[in-house]
Amino acid sequence: MPTLLPHFPATFIVTGNPLIYGAEVSIVLATVGILFVLTYFKKWRWLWREWLTTVDHKKIAVMYLIAALLMFFRGGVDAMLMRTQLMQPNMHFLQAEHYNQIFTTHGTIMILFMAMPFIFAMFNIAVPLQIGARDVAFPYLNAVSFWLYFFAALLFNLSFVIGGSPDAGWVSYPPLAGLEFDPGPGENFYLLSLQITGIGSMATGINFMVTILKMRAPGMTLMRMPLFSWSVLASSILIIFAFPVLTVALALLLVDRLAGAHFFTMLQGGNPMMYVNLFWIWGHPEVYIVILPAFGIFSEVVSTFSGKRIFGYSSMVASLMTISVISYLLWVHHFYTMGAGPGVNSFFAVATMSVGIPTGVKVFNWLFTMYRGRIRLTVPMLWAIAFIPIFAIGGATGVMLAAAPADYQYHNSFFLIAHFHQVLIGGTVFGMLAGMYYWWPKMFGYMLNERIGRWAFWLFNGGFYVTFLPQYLLGLMGMTRRMYTYPADMGWNALNFISTIGAYVMGVGFIVLVLDVVYSIRYGERDVTGDPWNGRTLEWSLPSPAPHYNFARIPTVTSRDAWWTGKQARAKGDAPAPPEPLQPIHMPKNSGGPFILAVIFFIGGFGLVFNWYVLGLLALLGILVNLLLRSLDYDTDYYVPIEEIEHTEATLRRA
Amino acid sequence: MSQHPDRPSDHASSHAADRASSHASNPPSGSPWMYIAGFVISIALTLGALWLALARQFSTEALLTVILILAILQIGVQMFFFMHVTESPRPQFNLWILGLGMFFTFVVIASSIWIMSFGGALGY
Amino acid sequence: MTIAHDRLPARETRADRDTPLEYSLEEGALRIFGFWLFLATDLVLFACLFATYVILRDNTAGGPTEMQLFDVPTFTAETLILLTSSFTGGLGTYAMHQGSKRGLIAWMIVTVLLGLSFIGLEVREFAAYATHGAPLQRSAFLSAFFTLVGTHGCHVSLGILWMLSILYQLARRGVTAITARKVFIVGLYWHFLDIVWVFIFSVVYLNGVMG
Ligand code: HEM
Ligand SMILES: [Cu+2]
Repeated sequence: MPTLLPHFPATFIVTGNPLIYGAEVSIVLATVGILFVLTYFKKWRWLWREWLTTVDHKKIAVMYLIAALLMFFRGGVDAMLMRTQLMQPNMHFLQAEHYNQIFTTHGTIMILFMAMPFIFAMFNIAVPLQIGARDVAFPYLNAVSFWLYFFAALLFNLSFVIGGSPDAGWVSYPPLAGLEFDPGPGENFYLLSLQITGIGSMATGINFMVTILKMRAPGMTLMRMPLFSWSVLASSILIIFAFPVLTVALALLLVDRLAGAHFFTMLQGGNPMMYVNLFWIWGHPEVYIVILPAFGIFSEVVSTFSGKRIFGYSSMVASLMTISVISYLLWVHHFYTMGAGPGVNSFFAVATMSVGIPTGVKVFNWLFTMYRGRIRLTVPMLWAIAFIPIFAIGGATGVMLAAAPADYQYHNSFFLIAHFHQVLIGGTVFGMLAGMYYWWPKMFGYMLNERIGRWAFWLFNGGFYVTFLPQYLLGLMGMTRRMYTYPADMGWNALNFISTIGAYVMGVGFIVLVLDVVYSIRYGERDVTGDPWNGRTLEWSLPSPAPHYNFARIPTVTSRDAWWTGKQARAKGDAPAPPEPLQPIHMPKNSGGPFILAVIFFIGGFGLVFNWYVLGLLALLGILVNLLLRSLDYDTDYYVPIEEIEHTEATLRRA
Repeated sequence: MSQHPDRPSDHASSHAADRASSHASNPPSGSPWMYIAGFVISIALTLGALWLALARQFSTEALLTVILILAILQIGVQMFFFMHVTESPRPQFNLWILGLGMFFTFVVIASSIWIMSFGGALGY
Repeated sequence: MTIAHDRLPARETRADRDTPLEYSLEEGALRIFGFWLFLATDLVLFACLFATYVILRDNTAGGPTEMQLFDVPTFTAETLILLTSSFTGGLGTYAMHQGSKRGLIAWMIVTVLLGLSFIGLEVREFAAYATHGAPLQRSAFLSAFFTLVGTHGCHVSLGILWMLSILYQLARRGVTAITARKVFIVGLYWHFLDIVWVFIFSVVYLNGVMG
């Protein structure tokens, strides 16, 4: 019902549970603490000028990384709570509804608020530097994407203390997620925050696609481009074509819930399965969106630390592009059991299995790159090597699931849970952690400590096997997903106990990882060369961290692994070409617009969660005004004068 | 935006001052007749489809096919007469994206209909 | 016509003889390409709405059907108006390339007016349905209908606001490489909406009255 004055549901502030009170108190304390620190150290201006208004892709990368790690923490706590509840039969650690909420927020946060920003952090730090560009194609839009993500994550997490968390699973299927069965505002939080972050992701996809296709340094043909940038291109194609589908799925469900439409209801001709169809048209490509950049990182890392150029570059490119198209054609394997008919299920089963072929090509290429290489077992390389067996098992069980008749048995059992954690953690998370260790010096100017890093690696990797291998067996023994507890006589007790212990070990691994970051902030070895790993691609030709304009002179590229070949030539004694004279550099100005735009989205989203249409309309107006002001602003860029470039370069190279 | 003065194929050598004159002498978007032709064709296609639908000379399936073909021709008209797809400095990327977009559009619509028909088993 | 974007040194402009003005700055070329990508996303968005419509169109739940609702003169008028506006928008771009600021502004105003009359007709149509027992809440068919056609209508309304903002900028700044790029992009958007409408016309309306 449209109301003029906001109407506060009885449960506006969530109450009645010690966990939640604890969270509320700690949120208030943390907020007060942050405000106090910022004020006490007079950091407000600094925060606004250096971060909130920045359009520099390197700073945006840092912010994405921090946000991703924070969300990894939140999602990880959810995971620990779930595993604690499942540790023993008949546990009463969590109530059923509470368990529902936790698996919902866990899945949603890990995919949309942890994996997505993590890959975007990597896109942002590496792509412009690798292809010899001074920024992305649309730096302002890049900031918009980040802040939309940030405020969407805030909106989603707010549901924990205000209104109540969503509880219909990260897939949020109607009719369970529809108004009749889920009247609270939790589901609206889910729909609106995903909608907002989805817009940001779409913009990021467009941005990086244009950057990669149109802004490469002279001489860097597509077939000379580093494989990470190729993987970003492949991932961006998928983002561009998959995210609009999510937008529609969420929007229609929202219209059902807010306006009483009948897309997915059980009444008046609605068809809930259409939501499932739309959701997975996005959902399956989404898992490839987050895995392809990880493949790119593995290619960079494996080649760098084997001291060899990547084996089968062209087949790597071909398989990336093939995967990005095929993976759009597989979605039905998530709902074979809907019973769409034998023709449909067979087609999608065959298509699903075929995606294993290009993926296999990549795995063999990584192995051949390492073969007879001079391997350096650094932390990034450890993550990359550990990925291979995990991904092999995950891929094999994936093919088992892809067999439609067999999937009637595996579907929604713990077998499935084990499969997708195997690929998501072993693939995406390992990949992003490899990338984080690899590019950390480029981002911050110092290395992460390798010794602590190894501890984190072994704990996390070891814990991983202990957690998830038993879950395959549990699945085969009939344990279904999303059950909040189980009786003692099912024969599942020991395996569940082991799995929980493994999860705790992974949790400890994560804490050690954070310790590594904290330790290295203080004691990390400074990267004075800009090329701490003896790298191969252009980002290592720059000082760490790179100056805000990246390249004082845009390099000219004559080969693959441009920086490596340059180093070889210099080692042979070829004199480098005399530097061209500097030119003033055209750069975008900082702007508060993106931040403000995202705040307005947040306010509007919050309003709609509680059906406060007036707030929603005001926000819409605010968004239009914000866009208009941007369009009328012609003073958006400036030139960095030559003297300033000379000065910056001199200080950076000397340091 | 950060600019790359000398990107591989984007040459930037002559002067802004030349530009005004170069335009008038060599208009890039064809003649007004291009637009008028596009307009006439698009109206003809629309009215043709309308007439076919109202006159109902064929079976529904045949009609639907013809109407969809006419609509697809309209895409061509808008794209080439009005949107100048091929006109950008390097059209190959535009065309690739367009092709992919059409392909995925087709996939989404055709497969969704196929999937949601439940192999004809349920009367949805 | 003034083209100077004087803060830019000459090397940042591309003046091959036949590069259109909107592409003359590197930035313009990037944005136009980016906008094509945006259109690709929008295309997929409409594809989903169309798929939903086709799947739900027979689920009228005993309520009004397409046959009973759609009115041939109304949707034909809407179609003709929108097609004409696409044409006048094109003429605006043409005038711009001829260096005629006044022609451009005049054609854009005509386009805006046509867009407004389209929206007017659509609002009337929607209001008529909603008040005659066929609101969005009545059946899955109507939910899908209002959402598909309404999403297009929202796009058109946004296009109108956007053109008004560009008209203001044209009046103040004349035709520059930057305003030319804006005109070109809003033109792309407008023609794209025309394409979408042609499919609404065919799949929703014609298909509906064909029975
Ligand atoms: C410490 C590591 C992790 C542990 C111990 C863990 C544990 C779990 C458990 C036990 C479930 C099943 C809940 C149930 O259905 O009853 C689950 C579901 C899920 N997890 Fe994880 N998880 C971890 C990390 C991740 C990561 C890194 C991702 C993604 C990148 C992820 C994505 C998901 C998703 C999408 C679901 C499905 C949620 C649903 O069905 O609603 N998890 N996780
Ligand atoms: Cu899948």
